[in-house]
Amino acid sequence: MSQKLLDILKAQFGSDILETKSEHGDDTAVVLPGSWLKIARFLRDDSRCDMQMMVDLCGVDYPSREPRFEVVMHLHSINLRHRLRLKTRVGDAEGDGAELDSVVSVWSGANWFERETFDMMGVVFVGHPDLRRILMYPEFVGHPLRKDYPADKAQPLVPFREGYEKLPPFDRFEGMSFGRQVFRSGKAD
Amino acid sequence: MGEVNGPTTTRVFEGSEQGFATTRLDALLGWARKYSLFMYPFVTACCGMEFFSMTSPRYDIARFGAEAPRFSPRQSDLLWVVGTISQRQAPVLKRIYEQMLDPKWVLAFGTCASCGGFYDNYTTLAGIDKIIPCDVYIPGCPPRPEAVFDGLMLLQDKIARGDRTPGIVKPRNDPGGLVQLGHKTGTKAPA
Repeated sequence: MSQKLLDILKAQFGSDILETKSEHGDDTAVVLPGSWLKIARFLRDDSRCDMQMMVDLCGVDYPSREPRFEVVMHLHSINLRHRLRLKTRVGDAEGDGAELDSVVSVWSGANWFERETFDMMGVVFVGHPDLRRILMYPEFVGHPLRKDYPADKAQPLVPFREGYEKLPPFDRFEGMSFGRQVFRSGKAD
Repeated sequence: MGEVNGPTTTRVFEGSEQGFATTRLDALLGWARKYSLFMYPFVTACCGMEFFSMTSPRYDIARFGAEAPRFSPRQSDLLWVVGTISQRQAPVLKRIYEQMLDPKWVLAFGTCASCGGFYDNYTTLAGIDKIIPCDVYIPGCPPRPEAVFDGLMLLQDKIARGDRTPGIVKPRNDPGGLVQLGHKTGTKAPA
């Protein structure tokens, strides 16, 4: 429906748009991280786009790709009733250098979404007014939703007791085991 | 599991004009404590719904003398840990436990409080006994009120005996077996 939205973006920004895709009624544009803020501001202010609402912002980890992280933002125009998915790719294979301009100055609702993406993935949003962890505690080391973070590696805040045993049917391997699969690097995503 | 049928320590001698009873002091204290449990509900997750239903008039926890909630740890002596405890909450729970006055008991309500349940990950405390000692575990996701009362009676029994070893509520017979039996004999299961 809003294929013309992608045409507007391509006409306006040209080589800043890496690729576009339009399927199942959803339109996606992958853009350069350097023009992330510029495009966001254009999408909000241009009368043909009029994206007042930032629906969602999140990160995805593709450990076999370079750049490694994909930051995905979903936009919606309440007046014009169209949607757009905007993506960009940041970070090297080790997950370092994942920096992106913050869009809090465009949509203030992006504040906590960016904090969550920073907390879970380690993407640093430059220009964010208060970039702290939002879900994990400040003492936590690392970013738990990265694929190379062991899912069952807890970082307790209080020391655990010792010298007690679990009663049957409980034991230390109680529960479901899908969290203990070790990620092997080099595997296709 | 859970029924109180241990040897009584109180005897009444008949024959004198008024009658009198002899007992041991610790048995008397245990008897008094087990029927006056003031609870501190540390309710964090979906097990809370079952906890509310358990405290409703239909199940009537007042029969056990344990119905009075105290939202100050200093006035309570039974800590109900109801629901998932995250790593971030663990220091709070430990502090609540340390603020309670002796004698105090801890009851793990549901699988998450007992062992972490299916939250086998970086964010969940795999069982509250990793940080505080626990007296009775009630498995179930969530446990039925009957199972909770089994656990409460088990705790009362342990208090009366002065027993501090952890106990666990055993599962009851599965009512699903009745339906299977009906299927075998050819009778129609109720719709």
